[in-house]
Amino acid sequence: MDQLMHFLTHKFFVTGEPMIYGADVAIAVATIGILFVLTYFKKWKWLWREWLTTVDHKKIGIMYIIAAILMLFRGGIDGLLMRSQLSFPGLKLLDAQHYNEIFTTHGTIMILFMAMPFIIGMINVAMPLQIGARDVAFPYLNAISFWLFFWAAMLLNLSFVIGGSPDAGWTSYTPLAENGLDPGLGENFYLLSLQITGIGTLASGVNFAVTILKMRAPGMKLMHMPMFTWSTLITSVIIVFAFPVLTVALAMLTIDRIFGAHFFTSTAGGDPMMWANLFWVWGHPEVYIVILPAFGIFSEVMSTFSGKRLFGYSMMVWSMVLISALSFIVWVHHFFTMGAGPAVNSFFGVSTMLIAIPTGVKLFNWLFTLRHSKIRFTVAHMWALAFIPNFVIGGLTGVMLAVAPADYQYHNSYFLIAHFHYVLIAGTVFGMFAGLHYWWPKMFGHILDEKLGKIAFWLWMVGFNVCFFPMYFVGLQGMTRRMYTYPANAGWTSLNFIETIGAFLMGIGFIVMVWMIIYSARHGERDVTGDPWDGRTMEWMTSSPAPEYNFATLPDMSGIDRFWYMKQEKGAVEKWRKQKIEEIHMPDNSGRPFIMCVLFFIAGFGLCFEWIWLAIVGLAGILLFMVLRSLFDPDEGHHIPVDVIERTEREAGRL
Amino acid sequence: MEKNQTAHSNSHHGFPWSHVIGFILSLVLTVAALWIALSLNLSATSTMVLIIILAIFQVFVQLLMFMHLREQEGAFQITAISFGFFVAIAVVAGSIWIMEYGLY
Repeated sequence: MDQLMHFLTHKFFVTGEPMIYGADVAIAVATIGILFVLTYFKKWKWLWREWLTTVDHKKIGIMYIIAAILMLFRGGIDGLLMRSQLSFPGLKLLDAQHYNEIFTTHGTIMILFMAMPFIIGMINVAMPLQIGARDVAFPYLNAISFWLFFWAAMLLNLSFVIGGSPDAGWTSYTPLAENGLDPGLGENFYLLSLQITGIGTLASGVNFAVTILKMRAPGMKLMHMPMFTWSTLITSVIIVFAFPVLTVALAMLTIDRIFGAHFFTSTAGGDPMMWANLFWVWGHPEVYIVILPAFGIFSEVMSTFSGKRLFGYSMMVWSMVLISALSFIVWVHHFFTMGAGPAVNSFFGVSTMLIAIPTGVKLFNWLFTLRHSKIRFTVAHMWALAFIPNFVIGGLTGVMLAVAPADYQYHNSYFLIAHFHYVLIAGTVFGMFAGLHYWWPKMFGHILDEKLGKIAFWLWMVGFNVCFFPMYFVGLQGMTRRMYTYPANAGWTSLNFIETIGAFLMGIGFIVMVWMIIYSARHGERDVTGDPWDGRTMEWMTSSPAPEYNFATLPDMSGIDRFWYMKQEKGAVEKWRKQKIEEIHMPDNSGRPFIMCVLFFIAGFGLCFEWIWLAIVGLAGILLFMVLRSLFDPDEGHHIPVDVIERTEREAGRL
Repeated sequence: MEKNQTAHSNSHHGFPWSHVIGFILSLVLTVAALWIALSLNLSATSTMVLIIILAIFQVFVQLLMFMHLREQEGAFQITAISFGFFVAIAVVAGSIWIMEYGLY
């Protein structure tokens, strides 16, 4: 009994800090609250049938986005805690260990459990509609991808109260992340949760690439596809080639930590630098995985709200192709100071700078798209417009960092922090917010409130710049990243205090956005046409929200912005709508992806605690589900009869 | 290419022999690599050479048995395979360059 208590209080549950106990209570209350609401309103069956077992790409996309916004909240709280701790010198809000855990989870969550699912959610919602597909190529696999991400996110978040958080940074560099210097369970949670979500992302990459190559509407050639679909295709290719490296690296470090191998420990013949090398072989392409879809969204939004065809369409495509190739030969710029020779550093410095060229081409294309146009300042477009100057600040300081000798000065300073927050927030996060406003009517059938959206936009815009711009200077003054406090005489106090104000402005902006979502659900303008923005691409041809089968009939979609030109041509839209409706074949829902991913969670949890028996139970279950799928699952799908389609279309006012 | 499939069909055309053979070959090649490293007391260089040869065989097994290389789908496939080789060479040769020769 004493042994059990000792285990629970010393290894299983995290103890010792009031903040942890607060989190315990909050988790318990939230869980009971959710269970109560679901039971009271008798929503269990609805939840299971409509959402947990769905294979519909639109619903999976919405679940991705909801999860991403929740993770943005969690990662944002981490950020605010860090900024509060640093607002004055010598504060005792967080101790060093807790600060280490928080910056580690902030980075990990923001990249892998916020940016990635947000992007994959956007792709799921919009891409199949943009190419006129009924669903993605492998809907069952799509559900597995989502639930892998979801349970991996749960695993990582659990480490906060059970087992202990990872504390070696989101890059988890060896030897720091090895057992010798970092005993305990935290790093295991990092390794296993990234492994599980990584498998899901890899599957998504294959899924989206096949969907785009095989399932386009009649007549739509590759060079007719909307730019967001193009960016999805390129991103999927990068995912397919980059993520296996992460899988291997994580597996090697897991074997090191749990089974006592020495891939990354120099005392037994391993090489700790190899981790940094492998991590960034994946990690740099990952940067383009999170930015290219945002570029795609900006292209769509800018061309729609300036009422013009995207300037330099084919140049945009080729610059993305070039970026995807270059993204695989620049990774050393993340560790110029690790001791590689001048030839290596020069090669990777130059290849890094080269990426600025296609990126610059894209920026000019966006500017030329806006030139001589009648700009509509909707919230979606404001996010896209704000992206340009902010991203340029981040991009140009990135070129500064690419100069290897100068990088010895900037390296690991706040200059670097400022740079990557400028590219990742102004690129990815602004992109996701633009996409959220843009496609919200397509997801839910109503428009997000423009007034509240603008308030949130300005709070973010001011907060973002107030928070991150001073970091360039405090970095040049010598403040290094990952320090949990600093002396009063360092001269960094005022800039740090200003940064904290900016962080809290962004926090308020987030609250306004949440309120905007709740308010718009009740009072938001309903979208009855399916085309609230006078759109140009195919997703605006169907009703909002799109029916299960996406399109009742498919027109010929040859040419860029075909829908736009159809609207100009008298009677073209009516002619397409009056096409003969035929029976549509759709995939069946299945509970297996959900259960299978719970088994992944169980296996991962077992490995974290080094309970090998539990890991084997989980893995055996996963194998069983794979066998069931290959041998005993006919998966014939179902047919939607013509009269049901006609009724749905009539109710949407389209017949 | 421009066919719009309503949903993917899971029907196999006959028993997937090539997958099974590919799987067994992969296992054999992997175990052989392990055996060479653990049981044969060769020099580090010859161990490496043998493992790399086995790895190249493994690549061909994967490409032929699982990656539909024999189906000849045209430009996409050629582009994808060449990009794959580009990435593989960049990662492997690049890593060797960075980790070994870059230090001096």
